[in-house]
Amino acid sequence: MGSSERPLSPHLDIYKQEWTMVLSITHRITGAGLAGGTLLLVCWLLALASGQEAFGAVQAFIGAWYGKLLLFGWTWALFYHFCNGIRHLGWDLGKGFELDTARNTGYFVALASVGLTLLTWAVGYASVGGNS
Amino acid sequence: MNMRTQLGEVRGLGSAKTGTSHFWMQRLTALALIPLTLWFVASLASMGSADYADAVAWVKSPLTSILLLALIAATFHHMQLGLQVIIEDYVHAEGLKIASLIVMKCGSVLLGLAAAFAVLKVAFEG
Repeated sequence: MGSSERPLSPHLDIYKQEWTMVLSITHRITGAGLAGGTLLLVCWLLALASGQEAFGAVQAFIGAWYGKLLLFGWTWALFYHFCNGIRHLGWDLGKGFELDTARNTGYFVALASVGLTLLTWAVGYASVGGNS
Repeated sequence: MNMRTQLGEVRGLGSAKTGTSHFWMQRLTALALIPLTLWFVASLASMGSADYADAVAWVKSPLTSILLLALIAATFHHMQLGLQVIIEDYVHAEGLKIASLIVMKCGSVLLGLAAAFAVLKVAFEG
């Protein structure tokens, strides 16, 4: 039997939407987004290696409003994946599977990802102010 | 005469194939990325209005170079393991799935090499 003829289990749409489901798919989406974000890291490093002019172009892109928006989104995606990844590592140790616990650690992850993002940008702006 | 142990005969067979190693490497790279990511984000955030010379000086410092290379290795390894699962979950046609996996794996290796090369170039000459 070819793989296309195999029966599929009931799909997502038959289940009631749960908070933990949203967190789960967000982990995957941020993971894929961060993979795209590595392009920016590679560009930044390559520009640094190829000289002042290329570096200036990348810095100008990052400094523009769309660059900042992209970087802000990337920061949040990074911290979300980071925090929820630690939640996953807890599950790997067999801890935190109780429904209430899973929901609560989920709330904590969502809040922590936003908090760490804002903290990072606050530090960033403070250090720019301090240097210039 | 077959000199292999029974365990050696079955290792890598079955539906999981190399799934255990995949699982383990994903966790191991995740663990490595916890301190590396925090260091990287904190370093960049506190760099302020660093210009080209400042950025070069930062990457050239031996500790930064080594940690950046570790970050690059862990990031791209973790990335390709994760993207592999996404492709395997959503791309069902066998040919397209294998083609996507090949493109993704080769792309990850190239991006990782480019990043590492850039760090080494700055460290040794820039």
